[in-house]
Amino acid sequence: MSLLEVRDLQVHFETDDGVVKAVDGISFDVERGETLGIVGESGCGKSVANMTILGLTRSPVTRISGRILFEGGDLAQASSDELRTVRGNDIAMIFQDPLTSLHPFYKVGRQLVEAILTHQEISKKAARKRAVELLGLVGIPDGERRIDEYPHEFSGGMRQRVMMAMALVNDPKILIADEPTTALDVTIQAQILALVERLQEQFGMAVILITHDLGVIAESADNVAVMYAGRIVERGTLDQIFYDPQHPYTWGLLGSLARPDRPRVKRLSQIQGQPPSLLAPPEGCHFRPRCPHEFAKCPQVPGLEVRGGEPGHADRCWLSPEQKRTLRVIEAGRIGLEVPAA
Amino acid sequence: MARYIARRVLWGVALLVIVSAVVFVLFYVFPSADPAKLRAGRTANPQLIEQIREQLHLDDPIYVQFWDYMKGVFLHFDFGRSFTSQADVRTIILDRLPATALLVAGSVVIWLMIGLPVGIISAVMRRSLLDRSTMIITLAFISAPVFWLGLVALYLFAQDVGLIHIFPGIGSYLSADTFLAKCESMLLPWMVLAAATAAIYARYLRSSMIDTMSEDYIRTARAKGLPERDVVLRHGVRSAITPIVTLLGLDVGLLLAGNAILTETVFNIPGVGQQIVLSIRRSDLPMIQGIVLFGAFFIIIFNLIVDILYAYLDPRVRYQ
Repeated sequence: MSLLEVRDLQVHFETDDGVVKAVDGISFDVERGETLGIVGESGCGKSVANMTILGLTRSPVTRISGRILFEGGDLAQASSDELRTVRGNDIAMIFQDPLTSLHPFYKVGRQLVEAILTHQEISKKAARKRAVELLGLVGIPDGERRIDEYPHEFSGGMRQRVMMAMALVNDPKILIADEPTTALDVTIQAQILALVERLQEQFGMAVILITHDLGVIAESADNVAVMYAGRIVERGTLDQIFYDPQHPYTWGLLGSLARPDRPRVKRLSQIQGQPPSLLAPPEGCHFRPRCPHEFAKCPQVPGLEVRGGEPGHADRCWLSPEQKRTLRVIEAGRIGLEVPAA
Repeated sequence: MARYIARRVLWGVALLVIVSAVVFVLFYVFPSADPAKLRAGRTANPQLIEQIREQLHLDDPIYVQFWDYMKGVFLHFDFGRSFTSQADVRTIILDRLPATALLVAGSVVIWLMIGLPVGIISAVMRRSLLDRSTMIITLAFISAPVFWLGLVALYLFAQDVGLIHIFPGIGSYLSADTFLAKCESMLLPWMVLAAATAAIYARYLRSSMIDTMSEDYIRTARAKGLPERDVVLRHGVRSAITPIVTLLGLDVGLLLAGNAILTETVFNIPGVGQQIVLSIRRSDLPMIQGIVLFGAFFIIIFNLIVDILYAYLDPRVRYQ
């Protein structure tokens, strides 16, 4: 059994304009110690799905269905109190913007100690000691002094390290990292990703890495789920997704990636158009309106099944495996989403 | 910090000098009536008026009058004597101040005790029936003029003229001799004066709280597994309440400066506000001057307190 099993998760928000289907039936597993990368553009539901795992999207206007199985319980059905004991304890989360994710009025030490004391029955002194220790672990030197500083006295990268320390204080089994490097300089990004990897080994935890950046995925993920407009459109191992992509949306993502290791192309390929409104997504395949390869079958919803890929490599595209293999190549050795010139 | 405070105090003094000058110019150069004539009464003859003018130094050149006045205020804490009663202005103001101070102090406590919880609960239970109804009620209190609210309150609850005899009525402050009796006589005025402000604070804190609760650090607090009560009170309110401090400083300063005038009038409380109306009607320039300066002093002081408090409330704010 997997550590975390998400089954047919739906998260819908009732708004004045109608129901927003932010997450529309996604399923995935997270194994012990693995890194699952979830990739997709802004608004595809990747953050909402993961915040729902922790119950952070619950509200009077949210409709959540499906199952989130973790350690024998279903987090989708759990009471708020039960969820609270999981949050920050078994499953921790760090967020995109470390500048705004820490409370500006409290010293980082206090915020760390608070996270420890929420879940552990230890003395304040012991909690503080543990906090200093963790600051060292995430690469913040002189923790004894810096613990008494306020968040605004830290740089962006350092603040993300503080967030990481806060997430790790209770030895979580899963760390959900929601765009942890997006707000940081590229050089800092690499440091933070390396840190996540090191801590993952040290703590033996699983990581769900949410990002819009395939580069980040390539660097860290074992398995990848590609999300588009509330659904997972393709799921497989890192190699499967990068070297044998089945879904046109994945082709588009790969084609838009700058590859300094390859000969320079004239122009990066781009995906035309905008993601659909989640208030009224298109019938059938959600990617249909932007896909140059649309055909008669696309108005039906394609299930997430193994179609042309290896076992375990599933996608939601009606094209035949042969068509996929030829259509995705836009020039010799390059995958993308443009209709190749005849 | 010490240097900052010293600089602010110096600025405050400079500001007081400027305020004195402006008030002096306004009332001495453009008086609403000739104080000498007013003083002389209806049957006055020109000689008497001239004599009074001389007595009050109104015949001196303006700059001499101004210089004399400023010297008195800033060197001797002497605000001169009332044109109408010859009484010492400082004594009159200090006599009147306790009533106003008691009125303001009690009403601050009431409006904070009501406004803050209502604001927080409304924000947390946003869009609920409770939230919607309290927001309508607060709007009603904000819209109701204080003098009208005061009269309605008296009509309903005063022991002398009210339908239900619960609270001491008009003028009960004047006859109260112990502190407790004074407080009791203030109950109705406190509530009337607090009503609108409590409503404003509730609405203000509600919107400030709603903004705060959507901040990233609130999400972090929830993701830590904190109980929702701690998320709201320790993380939410702590941030949302800081702008309220600014508001509070301004309001207290203004009320002490005479803004409680309507409440004082309705309930016949012998406070600073009542005195200034009286003095303006009589063109009693030294009295007006004195009260305005006292008011300016309170506003400056409370602003300074707010700014200093702010540095403690928000660690990102550092003065130098």
